[in-house]
Amino acid sequence: MEEKKIRVLIAKPGLDGHDRGAKVVARALRDAGMEVIYTGLRQTPKQIVETAIQEDVDVIGLSILSGAHTHLFPEILKLLKENQIEDMIVIGGGVIPEEDIPELKKAGIVEIFTPGTDTRDIINLIKEKIKK
Amino acid sequence: MEILKELLKGNRRAAAKLISLVEDDFTQAEIFLKQIYPYTGQAIVIGITGPPGVGKSTITDRLTKNLRKQGTKVGIIAIDPTSPFTGGALLGDRIRMQDLSADPEVFIRSMGTRGFLGGLSKATQATIKILDAMGKEVIFVETVGVGQAEVDIVRVADMVLLITMPGMGDDIQIIKAGIMEIGDVFVVNKADRDGCERLITEIEMMLALKPETKWKPPVLKTIATSGTGIKDVEETIFHYISYLKDSGGLERKRKESTRKEIIDLLREKWGILFNQYIKKDFLEEVITRVIQRKEDPYTVVNRLSDILIKSYKQGEKDYDQ
Amino acid sequence: MEKEEIKNIKQTKEQWENTILKKTLEKFPERKEKFFTGSGKEVARLYTPIDLEDFEYEKNLGFPGNYPFTRGVQPTMYRGRFWTMRQYAGFGTAEESNRRYRYLLSQGQTGLSIAFDLPTQIGYDSDHPMSMGEVGKVGVAIDSLEDMEILFKDIPLDKVSTSMTINAPAAILLAMYMVVAEKQNVSPDKLKGTIQNDILKEYIARGTYIFPPAPSMRLITDIFKFCSQEIPLWNTISISGYHIREAGSTAIQEVAFTLADGIAYVQAARDAGLDIDEFAPRLSFFFNAHNDLLEEVAKFRAARRLWAKIMKERFGAKNPKSQMLRFHTQTAGCTLTAQQPDNNIIRVTLQALAAVLGGTQSLHTNSRDEALALPNEDSVRIALRTQQILAYESGVAETVDPLAGSYYVETLTNEIEEKALEYIDKIDKLGGVITAIEKGFIQQEIQNSAYQYQKEIEENKRIVVGVNKFQINEKYPEGLLRVNPEVGRRQIEKLHALKKTRDNQKVQDSLTDLEKAAKSDANLMPYILNCVRAYVTLGEICDVLKKEFGEYKESVKL
Repeated sequence: MEEKKIRVLIAKPGLDGHDRGAKVVARALRDAGMEVIYTGLRQTPKQIVETAIQEDVDVIGLSILSGAHTHLFPEILKLLKENQIEDMIVIGGGVIPEEDIPELKKAGIVEIFTPGTDTRDIINLIKEKIKK
Repeated sequence: MEILKELLKGNRRAAAKLISLVEDDFTQAEIFLKQIYPYTGQAIVIGITGPPGVGKSTITDRLTKNLRKQGTKVGIIAIDPTSPFTGGALLGDRIRMQDLSADPEVFIRSMGTRGFLGGLSKATQATIKILDAMGKEVIFVETVGVGQAEVDIVRVADMVLLITMPGMGDDIQIIKAGIMEIGDVFVVNKADRDGCERLITEIEMMLALKPETKWKPPVLKTIATSGTGIKDVEETIFHYISYLKDSGGLERKRKESTRKEIIDLLREKWGILFNQYIKKDFLEEVITRVIQRKEDPYTVVNRLSDILIKSYKQGEKDYDQ
Repeated sequence: MEKEEIKNIKQTKEQWENTILKKTLEKFPERKEKFFTGSGKEVARLYTPIDLEDFEYEKNLGFPGNYPFTRGVQPTMYRGRFWTMRQYAGFGTAEESNRRYRYLLSQGQTGLSIAFDLPTQIGYDSDHPMSMGEVGKVGVAIDSLEDMEILFKDIPLDKVSTSMTINAPAAILLAMYMVVAEKQNVSPDKLKGTIQNDILKEYIARGTYIFPPAPSMRLITDIFKFCSQEIPLWNTISISGYHIREAGSTAIQEVAFTLADGIAYVQAARDAGLDIDEFAPRLSFFFNAHNDLLEEVAKFRAARRLWAKIMKERFGAKNPKSQMLRFHTQTAGCTLTAQQPDNNIIRVTLQALAAVLGGTQSLHTNSRDEALALPNEDSVRIALRTQQILAYESGVAETVDPLAGSYYVETLTNEIEEKALEYIDKIDKLGGVITAIEKGFIQQEIQNSAYQYQKEIEENKRIVVGVNKFQINEKYPEGLLRVNPEVGRRQIEKLHALKKTRDNQKVQDSLTDLEKAAKSDANLMPYILNCVRAYVTLGEICDVLKKEFGEYKESVKL
């Protein structure tokens, strides 16, 4: 019996080790019936994109708290473009100043979730964007 | 078909997409699987199993790195349980294989067991074929070995590496009870821990109880985090594979697993057809008639079979058009 | 208390429950069926002497400065001297951070606390590919002694005490600090401060590890040994529960896992042949101050008592200083909200109050805007003023351990100690803390608590003001601190210039010596000092050690 599942990659680019948020979100998405691939700390943009390709995920969720998002998020989006990947959405989370958000969205991040986010908002966004 | 051409060239996206199709919609996937079948059968398939936390992923990671140094292309299928309550899964095996994701000649795919039940080995076998067709020469299938379902998965492999470690307590009982007989090579990981020698003796004693065979499963020691003993495991694997090839064992194993695959597919196909063509209301009617002794179950089954066969033929015709 | 007296109280309580209380409950039911502490422990309606039936003052509390130190590690506590007000700071380049430190000192801060950027914490130079985008972001970027000299320019190292949040490469930063002191003509026995140097909680919760456990523990014991001889006033480690709590643990788990880490360090040092009463007086701790005021106070007191018992009974430490748990506290960053950020000032006040009532030795108060960005100067000043108001205006510092004897606080203290000890026993059974980490046991316990906490907020079982109740439409605050994006480029230029001008033969020689020492069992500190003096970079030193020691891979259990 096959059943369709939303597949999500939860990745931590950059060097910060604060994975509480990433892990809480990973669990919440699992409990919402999704398949969540978690790859651990210190992932390079190349590793993240390569993993997303092999796992054929629908969503890439990036978590970062170090402030390096302005550099690393666009880098990941660039690599996705280079690999002609158009069927994945990218969302981000962490301590991200609001003034950075328009720029990140323009670069192609679908949504940015900052501290205090209700995990149900993340789940709803994914379910709305990914119809399976 | 473009995707097939790409797959045969080793395109990672094509492989990834086809695997998703296998997981999401097998009937659709079959169309492609039929076409790639002639290109499969080349790869060596190695099952890696054992209780949770013994270091399966780390050993897979180390073995893969060694193989890559020799230029061997590697595929890895890492299977983790789907939560029966929520239907979701957390797939975390890649954490221990982080370095591999930068290597374009290594393809790793994480799979949840979903609701497949017996069908999981079907999805696994199909995924193996996809990796095989894309040119992977060695394919590792990694599962948590705790029950019969997992045992079935690794049965699709040419050989099985059974991993354990000292200090597992009762878990050794699980190995004894369930999956002991499937190991072709045993690995005691974290061998620097207390109780290693005792565990090895225990495993050897259990193996001694098995009927005498030409291949005596060796028990090897590793410390995967530092790489100690991995070379030994690698050599033993290939020693065993060439033994299998020379003794005709490989042919026998593959024949067995093909037999099982066909029978399983057949069973499942008829199960699906049954759900598709025997309408629920109709079935209820039939049951009522049987209870009222208006019909007997034997005749009914024959009648239902006729319906299935006719519907199936009609379906095929529709499909061809 | 006399048995007879307890019996009487029990009787009276029963009467009270059946009459007055019953009537009241019938008319005015309570807000909830059950009440819980911030950590999810059930709280009774009322605490009385019945809860402390087995309480013995001398055994359970004793006197401040005396075993088991429940009431505090000094006999007079804050009547002698206030706690050290120490704000964690650092960002961008060494020049910018130096300016911030001098500002804080001029505002009455009494100790420095250095934040390093992530590349520095993980052993990468600023020009390493992994450092891209991270240089100077969460702290100051230090590549070599040159940066360290700038960082402490015009700050006399014999006058300040300096805490450095540095773990995997702690030996290197300590060596740099010592060489800066050398150049300021400050003798090593005058140096006061702390290196965090707590690798175990990096594996558990914080993530800035480099080497695997065994060589990491060796580096730590090398530091213990070296410091006890060379810089006797230096705190060689700050065993940290702070990050464990930030990762989502409960108060009990924070105490349990921190003290379990402490046990592992003491054991490792003893196995390396050190005498317990030589190194143990320099062990220090670092805890979190979370929202539940009374539970937190109890937590600090329980931790103090439990550690004293562990040191005395388990390890046979004789020197009272070895038995004392001295600790730094930081208010809980994870409780700060991005919504209505000024509310955070009140949260921080309550948390700081808990730390003071709990007898902390030093304190960092978070700034209101830290859920949004690094704090700006105004926010940091308010945070510091919070401590000053507590010290000078609130009156809580005028007597020692003012909450002692409260039926509730003493009951909580007992319970936290008891439950933490249960965890420690479990970890012992698993084979010690390193095995428990490798098995993912500790991480998973913390993750379960973190997930539970989140769910409680989402189900409105836990109210966070401004987040799931009393929300308003608000504008995003202005004037947040931005780290100059040029920092990375400037730091790389500086690094490349250094590599051209330094004596590169000396660099090679000192690295070769270090490599040889790493292969032997020699104490590595003197070799690292030599490298530092020759302006070898942090990344170069770490690369040599990585080659010899290998790198740690996280063990995550999901």
